Formats: sequence, C-alpha cells, structure tokens
Amino acid sequence: MSRVHDMGGQHGFGPLAIESDEPPFHHEWEARVFALNRLLLRSGRYTLDEFRAAVEAMPPADYLAASYYERWLHAIETLVREKGVLDVRPG
Amino acid sequence: MSHVHEEPHASAHESSAGAANRVKSLVAALEAASVLTERQLDEAIESFLAHAQPANGARIVARAWVDPGFRERLLADGNAAAAELGIDLAHWAPVRLRVVANGPGRHNLIVCTLCSCYPLALLGPSPTWYKSEAYRSQAVRDPRGILAEFGTHVGADVEITVWDSTAEVRYLVLPERPAGTELLSEAELEALVTRNGLIGTALV
Repeated sequence: MSRVHDMGGQHGFGPLAIESDEPPFHHEWEARVFALNRLLLRSGRYTLDEFRAAVEAMPPADYLAASYYERWLHAIETLVREKGVLDVRPG
Repeated sequence: MSHVHEEPHASAHESSAGAANRVKSLVAALEAASVLTERQLDEAIESFLAHAQPANGARIVARAWVDPGFRERLLADGNAAAAELGIDLAHWAPVRLRVVANGPGRHNLIVCTLCSCYPLALLGPSPTWYKSEAYRSQAVRDPRGILAEFGTHVGADVEITVWDSTAEVRYLVLPERPAGTELLSEAELEALVTRNGLIGTALV
C-alpha cells in the first residue's frame, strides 16, 4: 500500500507556487540541516536509504504539516536516536 | 507566470522558529559528543554552494549542441560524458545520470514523485516548487497543466515524456538548440541554457 510520500497522480495539492530568484535556503537552520545530513551520511552514521526511509515513515499528518527541511530534521533526529549516535549511558 | 507567495501564516513562523531551536540543540549535542563541529557544518554548506551549479548543466548541454560525438556519448552514458568535462556527479552516493533529449515532436519533463531526487551537481540547489506536493503529484498526471503554470506551451502534437527520478537514477533534459544560434560560441550557448530548461519546465 502506498504511503503519503508517494504523491504521483494524487489530487488536491495545487496550485504550484513558483518563487522567482529563490535563495538556496530560506532560513539559516535549513542550510544547517542540509549540512548535518551531508556530514552524517559521509561519516557513515546512517545511509541515504535509511534517511529516506525515516522521512517516509513519518505519520501522514505530520508529513503533510512539515516543510521540506522539517521532514529532513525529523529524519535526522530519528536516526541519531535510533543509531545511538548520542547515546549517553546512565551512570 | 509565477504565483505571488502569500505571507507565511503565523503557524509557519512558529514552526520555523521551533525547527531553528531543534537544530541548535541537535548541533550542540553532536558537537559535545565529538560527532562533528560547527566549522565542518559551515564548510559543508560552502562547498555545496560552490560546487552545485546550474552552470555545470549548461556546459554539458552547450557541448552536446556543438559536438555530435559528445552528444552521442552523453545520451549513452551521462556520468562518463560529465566526467569528460571534469564534472563529478557523486554528490552523496554514486548516482547514474540519464540524459533525455528533446527533439521535434518530443519533450521531456523531470519530477521526483517520492521526494526530491535531482542532479544537484548540475542544477544547483533545487527550487522549493520541485520539492512541493503540488509539483510531485501533478507532473505525472497533467504535465501540460504543469508546463502552463510556467508559461510553457508545447504543441498538442508534441509527445511529453515524464521521468520519475529515484535515489539511483537522476535525469537531465537536453533541450533543443534554439534556431538562429549557429554563429554563437560555446560560451554564448551556455548562457542560453536555464535551470528550468534542464528540468523541462521551460524551453530554451
């Protein structure tokens, strides 16, 4: 069964908003999310497939409410937790 | 024709501020755990913006317009042809570049219905509309409607092929060389090539 990210052919998401002279990122935090993902992928903390899966596993309502880089942030937070990148063992 | 953006809703502002705080906390925690540094983040952003340029896509297209041998190699193996120009497509992971040529009666349009796959190295940072639900959902169902949103009209007799990108395969449109450009240099031809022309939402 398809999930919410599988958007090809769906109706009701228009019209298209086209921004002229769009900057690469609209907020500083978006650029940092992009860079975080790049560094964590490069250092092998998780794979691109795992990253995509983490985005796609978002609950549909959360997915649709989130902006593009908010979805990325959600996926990074999820993977960092799942992969124990920040594990602090209870003393 | 581009739509005027409405002012973001207050909730979007709050949501963005919330995300900014989450990023700050996450970076601080990763730095404290010696996973990465602020400096590495800054360098990653700078390097991305320096290397991911639509000028790279334009160089490939202009070369294909002036060199039939290159065009043939490009359509056969996009990665190898890009490498001839010193362009490295490996952004995060090895991806295969497939170049699709427009021609008489034939137009191509690129989308990623699942997410946002896109040849960043050749096109620069992807525009928000490419990643939007509106584009992803409509492009495969009503490509002529999408093209009209960009003010791009192709004849009813022109067949439009929509290519749905994946994590492994990225597409680039090879537009038709405009008429009357026979005397232009390769550099002048490069200047005619637009990002949207390489995605297929515009003609060149």
